[in-house]
Formats: sequence, C-alpha cells, structure tokens
Amino acid sequence: MEYNQNELLICIASRQMEDRTSAFIGTGIPMLAAALAQKTHAPNLMPVFEFGGTGAQLEDLPLGVGGSRTFYRALAASSICDVMEAAQRGLIMYGFVGGAQIDPYGNLNSTVIGDHALPKVRFPGSGGANDIGSLIWRTIAIMKHGITKFVEKVDFITTPGYLTGPGAREAAGLPPGTGPYRVVSDLALMGFDEQTKRMTLLALNPGVTVEQVKENTGFELIIPDTVDTNPPPTDKELTLLREKIDPTGLYI
Amino acid sequence: MEVVESGQGELFLPPRMNEDREWMREHKSWALESKLMSEHDAVKKYVHDNDYIGTELYGFVRCPMSIAREIVRQKKKHLQVAGQGIMEVDILIAAGLVDKIDLTYLGYEVYGLSSVLRRAAQSGKLQINEWSNAALAWRLKAAALGVPFLPVRVMMGTDTFTHSAAKVVKCPFTGEKVCLLPATMLDVGIIHVSRADKYGNCQIDGISGFAFELARASRRLIVSAEEIIPTEEIRKYPEKTLIPWYLVDAVVEAPFGSHPGEMPFYYWRDEEHLSWYVKASKSEETTQEYLQKWIWDCDSHTEYLDRVGKDKLDSIKGMAKGR
Repeated sequence: MEYNQNELLICIASRQMEDRTSAFIGTGIPMLAAALAQKTHAPNLMPVFEFGGTGAQLEDLPLGVGGSRTFYRALAASSICDVMEAAQRGLIMYGFVGGAQIDPYGNLNSTVIGDHALPKVRFPGSGGANDIGSLIWRTIAIMKHGITKFVEKVDFITTPGYLTGPGAREAAGLPPGTGPYRVVSDLALMGFDEQTKRMTLLALNPGVTVEQVKENTGFELIIPDTVDTNPPPTDKELTLLREKIDPTGLYI
Repeated sequence: MEVVESGQGELFLPPRMNEDREWMREHKSWALESKLMSEHDAVKKYVHDNDYIGTELYGFVRCPMSIAREIVRQKKKHLQVAGQGIMEVDILIAAGLVDKIDLTYLGYEVYGLSSVLRRAAQSGKLQINEWSNAALAWRLKAAALGVPFLPVRVMMGTDTFTHSAAKVVKCPFTGEKVCLLPATMLDVGIIHVSRADKYGNCQIDGISGFAFELARASRRLIVSAEEIIPTEEIRKYPEKTLIPWYLVDAVVEAPFGSHPGEMPFYYWRDEEHLSWYVKASKSEETTQEYLQKWIWDCDSHTEYLDRVGKDKLDSIKGMAKGR
C-alpha cells in the first residue's frame, strides 16, 4: 500500500517501543505511535499523559495531553505532580519529544529562534519536553529532516539531550543513565554513539540514500559501515492507522 | 548550601512564607458561609490590577474560561501569570492585560502555535521566564507546602534553566546537584471544577491536573463549577473533596464554564468555535474583533452562552464520552 510521510513516521516510532512498559506521550504523532503499538506488537504498552491519565485504552485519538481521552478507560486518573514524580523516581521508560531544531547531541529547541528577549520566532516553550528529556530513561525525538532543523548548534536548549557530550548530563545534575535514545525522521532512524554521544545513522527509510540524509543534516552525522533499511509500513499497520486510530485524518 | 548556578530570569513573585501565613490567619475563614456569586462579582472583588494569577487546567480542558473572559471584560491590568495555558492565558495576553509570564507552554496543541504569544513575544511587549511543565506545578506544590523552594531534577543544563529564576545547588546530604524551584505563592488562583457546594467544597471528575496544588498555593481562590450541589452530597463522599471550603473565596455557578474547551463527562470541545478563535488570532485586528464579539459585547457568561446557542451546547453535551 502507498503511504505518506506522517504514516511512515508513526509506524517507525511505534516500532521503537517494547511491550509491557511505559511511554510518556505528547500531542500528535506520539499518540498515534502509541495507539498503533498497543494494537500491534505492544498490547500492554502503558501510555502516560502529563496531566495524570495513565494506562488509557486509546480508542479515540486525544487532541491534547490533558483531554478526557487521555484517561478513557484508564487505570488511573491522577495529576501532573503524580506523573512527573513517577518519572523522577525512575518509573517511566520511554518518552517522546520534538522541536524546531535538534543538534548532534540530541538537544532540542522548542522555545525561540534568535534572541530570547526579542526573538525572531517564538515557539510554545518547553511544556513537558524538558521534564521528559531530563527524567525519562529513553527519549525518542520525532523530527522532519532538513538542514534548518538538524543543526550544529540549536538557538536555545529547551530540552536536554547529551548537552555537550559524554558525561555532560551527569555533570549538570541530571539523573545518570537517561538521555536520547532514538531520532525518528521522515528520512531515517538514528541513535547515539556510545562513546561520543553524537547522533549516528541506524537505518534508512525505504527509498532513501545515505547521501540524501547527509544533504539534509546540518552537522556531521556518524555513518556506520552497515546501515539497515527500515521495512515500509505494513498493510496491517496502515489499515489500523486509517480505519481505527485516525479515521477522520486529523494527523495522517 | 552552595549555589552553583543561578537562572537569569527575574523572580516575579518572591516566596512570601510568613506574609502569607499572616494573610491566611487574617483573611481565610473556616466558617460555613455561602460564597456563591456571579463571575462579575468574584472578579471585581478578588482580582486586582498588578495581581499574580494562576489558572488551571489547560486551555481547552476543564478551564475556567468564564472567569478568564470576565477578567478580560473588566480589563484588569498589569497582570502577571503562571502560564501553563492555552486559550485562557491567550485571551488575557490578546487583551493586553499581561506584563509578565512564567511560561511553560503556550500553544494550541493540535492547532499549532499561538499567534497571540508570537506577536507579544516578538514585539518584546511581554516579559517571559521559561520553565518546564513539571516545574510550574512543583513551584505551586512548594507554595502549597508553605516552604520557599522545592529541589527537583529537571531543567538543569539547559537554556530553559538560564531563562528561569531557578537555582542549582549542591545537595547538603548527597553532594549531588539539584535544581531549586522558588515557590509561587499566588495572589489569585482560578479553577473550574465539576461540582461544588455553596461553601466551596469541590469535586473534580477525571484527572485533577494541578488543581490540588494551585488551590493551596493561592491567597484568594475563585472556583467556578459546572454544578452546585447540596452539602449533603459532599458529606456522603468526603474523600471526593479535592478542594475544601476554607481555601475558597468565591463559588461561581458556571455551566459550560470551560467552553469552548471540553469538560470531562459533561461536554466535548466546541471544535467549530475553537477553529474560529484560532483563525481570528492570526491577526491583531481579527483577534480584537473576536474579543469584542465574544467578551465585551456579552455582559455575562449567560449572555455568552446565549450567543453560542442552545443547539450548539446540546450538541457538545451529546458528544461527551461516558465511562
């Protein structure tokens, strides 16, 4: 079946999560990815929403992180402090983040382009992103690829990645063992090099070349000797997305 | 405790532990007396120019929109706000009433960026401090505890920290770095709840966001409720009282008080109205037209609801999800 870029992003993001674990979910593509994971390989993936909805059955797509659909048939409906404190205690495994810019260490900007006091462009601000980037064990960034988005240095670090490199998170006071895990883009799947903490190419999306990824990345991406190719979205995934998860086409 | 690093943002509202204690002793009452009043009277009596105010929950969900509209109607000026908001904070900024904002997120979620915030920030009219979502909630928690700060493990190492008023210190017990968040002891808190009695005992169905903390962080507290219920109902389920009467100064009966946002188990969001607003917000002129039509041209919440229309209200009521 044919598919569009959003459908591809959702499917690849969905496959990064394991069953029987927790995922901190933000508005948009992460919601669809979690819903798809629940309906395919991870029926016991527990979505956690920042205002207190935990373990919801994602029947209808939530339109925001505080909406009633985030706790529809959920196992708990508590509060923002409860959820954020669970994250701070080390209870939440996956979390999704995004932004206008990302750098080689996975630092993200969703605050401003230009000077903070008089910005060229103002974005919404951190929201829960900084909390996710600080506290969650494995963060997954979802980004559209492009040289203005994958940049050597972000204008503003809203959400911490590996900051300036190995050991920097710990030196700043962030909990050890946390940090960026994957970057899912419309062109490729990326991870982070163990030693240098810099972004590294893991797998190309169908039909994409290494050259294309390089051309669209504003910094030097680590290219390993072998690069996998992500299998395209399956008919099953696409059917679930279109017929069950987002039948009105809000996001896809 | 050694301060390792300080955020560069101005601390808009320094914690005032002892002053607030005195204030509570002076102004809060444990007497069971009716606090029922209109939006107009609640805002007139308890919201003042230059106040630091906080709203809950989140713009399009269980949000005290009828009170926010009343603040715009009465044009309370030079406000400082804790900005964990969408439309309620947006209309205050759009009306030119906000000078300073402790911001975590201002956007329209599915609908994207806030044009109102964009214009205000890009023209330098609004003084902005940055925080994370948990940080704003924890700052209220610190205030609710009656202590000046709370140590947490977010924001460190980022520009979000640099543009906040937080501090990083070395923990006196472990030697590890922690981020200290200053308590936000609010002048006025505003919360929309599912049900309240006339004294202000409040029940919330579904997630409680940061209502618990915000109620306890506020000097003055205005509560609006979808339904006013008899105290006997409160007494039957006392464990459901998230906000007890002695914290509350005003109780406003506000059916559809969260419109055009949703109210869990009561009504779904008014998608058509939200898209009107998002469209109007794109330019300064059409934003002002929206405020004129939906706020200044309506004398009260009741008039606003009349303008929305019974058919629309019935329809969003029918779309609410059950359990």
